[in-house]
Amino acid sequence: MTLPYPRAGLRGRLKRLALVLVLAGASGCATVGEADPRDPFEGLNRAVYAFNDGVDEIIAKPVATAYVTVVPVPVRDRVRNFFGNIADLLIGANNLLQGKLGDAGNDWARFVFNTTFGLFGIHDVATEMGFEKHNEDFGQTFGRWGVGNGPYIVLPFLGPSTLRDTVGTVLDIRVDPVGNHNETRERNALVALRLTSQRADLLDAGKLLEEAALDKYLFTRDAYLQRRRSLIYDGSPPRERIPESRLEPPEVSPRAPAARQASVSGNYAPRVPANYAQVMAALERARK
Amino acid sequence: MMLRWVRSVMAGAALVAIGTSGARAEVPPDVLVKRVTLEVVDLVAQDKDIRAGDKRKVIDLVELKVLPHFNFNSMTALAMGRNWSHASPEQKKQLTEEFKTLLVRTYASALAAYSDQKFDFRPLRSRPTDTDVMVQVRVIQGGAQPISLDYGMEKTADGWKVYDVVVGGVSLVVNYRTEFNHQVRDSGVDGLIRSLRAKNQALERSDAEAGKR
Repeated sequence: MTLPYPRAGLRGRLKRLALVLVLAGASGCATVGEADPRDPFEGLNRAVYAFNDGVDEIIAKPVATAYVTVVPVPVRDRVRNFFGNIADLLIGANNLLQGKLGDAGNDWARFVFNTTFGLFGIHDVATEMGFEKHNEDFGQTFGRWGVGNGPYIVLPFLGPSTLRDTVGTVLDIRVDPVGNHNETRERNALVALRLTSQRADLLDAGKLLEEAALDKYLFTRDAYLQRRRSLIYDGSPPRERIPESRLEPPEVSPRAPAARQASVSGNYAPRVPANYAQVMAALERARK
Repeated sequence: MMLRWVRSVMAGAALVAIGTSGARAEVPPDVLVKRVTLEVVDLVAQDKDIRAGDKRKVIDLVELKVLPHFNFNSMTALAMGRNWSHASPEQKKQLTEEFKTLLVRTYASALAAYSDQKFDFRPLRSRPTDTDVMVQVRVIQGGAQPISLDYGMEKTADGWKVYDVVVGGVSLVVNYRTEFNHQVRDSGVDGLIRSLRAKNQALERSDAEAGKR
């Protein structure tokens, strides 16, 4: 398969990437002054973010764009379904680890129906049968167990993460059925196809980010932290009473920066309520 | 004779207009979200120009159909947080205007990317006396987890208005708060207005170029 991939100018792009890295590294060091407590390594993170952005511009985005242009929607749907089906196995395992037995059963039922009736997962028949697709990983499981984010970290190639989610990601990769496939060439092809499919699904979101953000790094970071918090609570985190902040008295004397930052970071700390285990257990019992 | 007829028709029209605007204030927030969403999505799906990538037309559509249901004053104030009280009335006006332009454009881009996804409008969980609710919508797409699209809405004299949009658990207001905070800290409220304006102008230019091609 040959992709309409711009070979010419690759060297130029690499040079630009190197330049960006150096500049980002330099400016990154300069910005470490008033660190956000959630992001103590902001300087380094910004450098890695710029590096990832460069790699994305050179490789991931062109390949994903070509994939979307060349491969018709029904085929792309099947590719997404195929990998989504494999992922359901570990999503179920994580739901089990989080004590959500019903959800785990749902996920494994999805896997059984989609692998059989859905022809090795290329058709998502389970959704039509009423088995909803979930989103779980080890990072979320740790979060559910009460492990805090830790510092925000931008991983090379992998992107936004936190200390907790990095440990989760290492485990995710360790047990990934596709990554553990024995035949090397098949494995590499499958991993590449999965990455391409996942990146292609983010093309529209990437465009929106370019448009919406004043500072892409900050926008991505905050969106990631908010998103993870929402995922840990399966989409219904305890609501932040935003309107109340409007009632806050105007700040008369400037407070110490640390205190101000703390109030900001307070928005994100995923705290599992003390009676969480009991409530979940009661819910499980009620369901049965 | 003719004149009197015209006058009575006009009076009737005025009455109808008052009647509908009065009724609009009564529309419950979840009904409002459902009605506007379906109407706009329908228009986007059917319009040939929009399907062909006419950005200006989507923006016009958003301004006409969606904008009246947003309270940009609240949105801007919330995104500014504490800094809002440090801004002068003129600064507040400019901030709101620039933020509105940016949000409308972003919303239009999101709409333009729409392709036959289905919507699940969740039942509203609130008491009749509530003046601040979260209207929950889920965008369903085969093979992937549904994406939640929630609207924080407040009751005003002019009906229910959106003050925050939460996409997949990411609140726009909360996200912009950090960005605004940084800008204000680095270069003041005027600096923030300048960079919002520069951002909007750059987007306008790139749209114009895309239109020419």
